[in-house]
Amino acid sequence: MARVVITGMGIYSCIGQNIKDVTKSLKEGQSGIGIDPEREAFGFRSSLTGILPKPDLTKVLDRRKRNSMSQEAAYAYVATAEALKNAGIDDHFLDNREVGILYGNDSSALAVVEGVDLIREKKNTTLVGSGSVFQSMNSTVTMNLSVIFRLKGINLTISGACASGSHSIGMGYMMIKNGLQDCIICGGAQEVNMYAVSSFDGLNAFSVRNDSPHEASRPFDADRDGLVPSGGAATVILESYESAVRRGAPILAEVLSYGFSSNGDHISVPNIDGPKRSLLMALEQAGLKKEEIGYINAHATSTPIGDYNEALAIDEVFGSHKPYVGSTKSLTGHEMWMAGASEIVYSVLMMKNSFIAPTLNFNKPDEASSKLKISSKMVSCEFDHLLSNSFGFGGTNSTIIIKNIDTNSY
Amino acid sequence: MVDITLIEKINIILSDEFEVDIEVIQPDAPLMDTLDLDSLDLVDMVVLIEHNFGFTVVAKDFVGIKTFNDFYNFINSRLDEKRESPD
Repeated sequence: MARVVITGMGIYSCIGQNIKDVTKSLKEGQSGIGIDPEREAFGFRSSLTGILPKPDLTKVLDRRKRNSMSQEAAYAYVATAEALKNAGIDDHFLDNREVGILYGNDSSALAVVEGVDLIREKKNTTLVGSGSVFQSMNSTVTMNLSVIFRLKGINLTISGACASGSHSIGMGYMMIKNGLQDCIICGGAQEVNMYAVSSFDGLNAFSVRNDSPHEASRPFDADRDGLVPSGGAATVILESYESAVRRGAPILAEVLSYGFSSNGDHISVPNIDGPKRSLLMALEQAGLKKEEIGYINAHATSTPIGDYNEALAIDEVFGSHKPYVGSTKSLTGHEMWMAGASEIVYSVLMMKNSFIAPTLNFNKPDEASSKLKISSKMVSCEFDHLLSNSFGFGGTNSTIIIKNIDTNSY
Repeated sequence: MVDITLIEKINIILSDEFEVDIEVIQPDAPLMDTLDLDSLDLVDMVVLIEHNFGFTVVAKDFVGIKTFNDFYNFINSRLDEKRESPD
């Protein structure tokens, strides 16, 4: 079995649009959450959202390439270009190696809504233009990036709700581990617009602290009232250890395991058993004692039942060992299809820079979170193994364990 | 004879949309090659015409259009038809 390492990362999020800025935001505990004033008029309960600029690709990609790109594909392009650059992967490598892409995405609502609105108005399907179909499909990220970067390996979108990004890394890990691929671009992307999350708002899942955006996302806090939708894109370059060493690539960390499970239960209400099985599978596969895990990046979205059950699952698995548990969603909001990948990026950045980002607004633990070691302040500490949880609607669970490789700073 | 104002307008629209220097757009130059158009781009050409000139064409209307001059004449004749029967 091949060892699987991370040789590059890139990020486009509401707390920064590159690795350097995101590292600073994580360390300083800067929130990326704000208000979209259009949402209230549209009928939303919550106007809260991650705020991020639209990437300007006019001088970067030609018209034909831009024309096919959805909002989330544009985010993913920027994140992937940064990750490839940081991994030292150039055009020659892309043209001569079988590089794959497995990217998490589970909607492209903006493109669908805009396209259908236009057809409805014009009564003519051609007038929607040539790009709409490629923007509207769930595989919009992988179909666009595989063309732009001329990829020749596995080319597939992973749709696993809010665990999509994490599953993409897990599936990439499995393919490389089993010798099927040498190098795969993994990640997750999430569009940021009201159409993408309107029905989600209708489930009363979002915080309604509209007058205090930076205090709205409060994972594990007793006064949490729901999640804040957010998005962007995060890319992780997975590569076999042999390939990375052979080309002298920077090796940041090693993926040790991918635990997964399905709750087989309620479509939206998470339980304890499913996540617990995913955690245990990841620990067993990694061959680690639970005492070796130094940091857990929890899924914890700031919903009452989700955080509660995850805290209990972590406590049941880790018992008396109390690693730091944090939720970067307190800064970013819930990056949904992207979250499982972005939280790997955030966690690896913390591990490489010896700190744990604050879990903002964690002021008052509840009965479950009081069992965990959570800090509302930034903690300076070194750790060599991290675990990242991601869960999604339908009861899909993913747990990734990553080990620090000490040779490269980031 | 196509009015020079219309020709200039068409050239600016094509140059902006298909991101080519306006100088390469010459009356006798080949339209498809100069603008580097493929079948998907012809769909966008339909959109472009509807948006800028207010009439709808279908892709097969482009059969026979080889040069920019052909294109100017095509647009001009369709605009004339539109003026003669505004509905």
